[in-house]
Amino acid sequence: MVTTNSSTEEPAEATRRGEVAPAIGLEGVAKSYRSGSETVRAVDGIDLEIARGEFFSLLGPSGCGKTTTMRMIAGFEEPTEGVVRLSGRDVNGVPANHRDVNMVFQSYALFPHMNVAANVAFGLRRRRVPKKEIKRRVDEILDLVELGPRAEHRPSQLSGGQQQRVALARALVNEPGALLLDEPLGALDLKLRQSMQVELKRIQREVGITFVYVTHDQGEALTMSDRVAVMNGGLVEQLGTPAQIYERPATRFVADFIGTGNLLPGRVENTDGAGPYRVALGSGTTALVASLPEGAGTGTEVHLTVRPEKIRIGVEDPGGELTTIPGTVSETVYMGASTHYQVALPGGAEVIVHRQNSSDATLAATRGDRVWLSWEPHHSYALP
Amino acid sequence: MSARLDVGPPTAPANGPAPTTPGTARTRPRRHVDWGRLYTWLVLAWLFTPILFMAAFSFNDPAGKHNITWQGFTLRWYGDILAYPDLTQAMLNSVSIALLTMVGAGTLGTLLGLALGRFSFRGKQLTNLVMFSAISAPEVVLGAALLSTFLMANVTTGYWTTVIAHVMFCVSFVAITVRARVITLDPALEEAARDLGAGPFTTFRLITLPMLFPAIMAGGLLAFALSIDDYIITTFVSGDVTTFPLWVWGSTRVGIPPQVNVMGTLLFAVGVAMAVVNIVMVRRRS
Repeated sequence: MVTTNSSTEEPAEATRRGEVAPAIGLEGVAKSYRSGSETVRAVDGIDLEIARGEFFSLLGPSGCGKTTTMRMIAGFEEPTEGVVRLSGRDVNGVPANHRDVNMVFQSYALFPHMNVAANVAFGLRRRRVPKKEIKRRVDEILDLVELGPRAEHRPSQLSGGQQQRVALARALVNEPGALLLDEPLGALDLKLRQSMQVELKRIQREVGITFVYVTHDQGEALTMSDRVAVMNGGLVEQLGTPAQIYERPATRFVADFIGTGNLLPGRVENTDGAGPYRVALGSGTTALVASLPEGAGTGTEVHLTVRPEKIRIGVEDPGGELTTIPGTVSETVYMGASTHYQVALPGGAEVIVHRQNSSDATLAATRGDRVWLSWEPHHSYALP
Repeated sequence: MSARLDVGPPTAPANGPAPTTPGTARTRPRRHVDWGRLYTWLVLAWLFTPILFMAAFSFNDPAGKHNITWQGFTLRWYGDILAYPDLTQAMLNSVSIALLTMVGAGTLGTLLGLALGRFSFRGKQLTNLVMFSAISAPEVVLGAALLSTFLMANVTTGYWTTVIAHVMFCVSFVAITVRARVITLDPALEEAARDLGAGPFTTFRLITLPMLFPAIMAGGLLAFALSIDDYIITTFVSGDVTTFPLWVWGSTRVGIPPQVNVMGTLLFAVGVAMAVVNIVMVRRRS
């Protein structure tokens, strides 16, 4: 497992200015479970700083430790190592009901025996907020999530999307230091999920509260987040903006997990200067890459990564300062706005290419046709 | 005289007559026997016939001391329900013991059910085993064992030993009912309450308890029903206290007065009323 060193590339803005402590800070946080005679490390040492007002996503496959990390922030789990800080304060040992964060549960966890208004007012009542103010704030937040007319309904009388918004309102109304969302859109259908993504982002902008969003859906994480931490095996593989994560994956895992990644095995041919560097892909083809893994020398085995939409596909060799590789189309999939080509390279590796179906350029390449693939050197990287 | 508490409205299966399609008009319509409906009514008849007889004979006007053949209709026994002070006292004993059992077994069983449904702990399997053996052990053996326990502990048997014995054999029923409900509860509900600032006790009071209430109520009513008509265990541990079942058994040789039927009928009516209230409350909740 390779941890990235790019995690400090973009320190949270507020912290850099030295004004306030980050909303959430994790220092070497780890969590081990005993399962039978074995000890499982669900979270294997994480350092994170999440700034005030940031929309931050923890992204990864199931079992990567993202939910455990969130539950340690919420106070439902205690870290076995490391420190969790909320607004700079060490909260290890502080129970969930004394932490200034609120959670939106995957199952929503709305109280079925209370109506919508009572659900939303639950947190304020616990803090003994005056009745009049509770009423005002509940009305206000229900308006924000557009559920004002449903205040007297029971959760079971609402649709999935409405329940989701009640769960959101119930957490937001407390104006917590950070809002933790555990796969909140997981139970919704695709259309609703997409409109809720926009909605969530709008609400987050309006209330300005730090959002920590746990998801296994890379699309969700990329479209909504200011920054994303990609997790795998209890570790943060890469931390960065959606563009950084997508354009410059730091590890093979990230390249493969985010979007469609082409991973081609190869061997480093030269390490001179600032690049581009040559990587031999086998069968006499050579590609240019913008960067090499740390410590790579001539002959080091690497994996070249390039995004499908960065590759140009044509029937002639374009030449020039590009990587150009011949191949054979083994499959084409028409997607409407674009066409996806699967192209077999001489060495046997397969490459996916996405090509926009713009009206002025049609490509008459079908199964079995010889094509040329080309891309700019700065669009591909060699990963360990 | 066992009050049945789980009586809901008869749920007839939804097999209506098969719709006739225009194309098959020539075929003679076959007589359709709705087996589901028939079966439902047979079961209901089987369950209710003894109760109907009990209720009917509370209106009987018997010639002699034995109220076993139909003679004529009268409402006399309802007006004269308290004619036997011993019987009245026995009924009062039974009802108060059953209420205490309901509260005692309800409380202990709820806590037990919560623990068994929610946590894993050393001795959980043993607790399960003990619970089921309390249900499956022959009552006569339990009764004898309880009696020797009380004797060895030098406790004089009577009203309170009866309550203790009843709580003992009812607690498992409540625990099993509550545990079944606990298992289906989303643990995120309690976490959500904690997350919103409720301490453990507030969470229990505002979330867990209301969610478990239907199950606790059902278990409590079951305990009430089991207690009020228990005969076998009660004979061993009641000392010189007489309960309703003991009094009825004692009077069989000299003839059971119609007041017994009257009381049984009223008890049944109360049981049905409580069950209906429980169902209505559960419906309104959901």
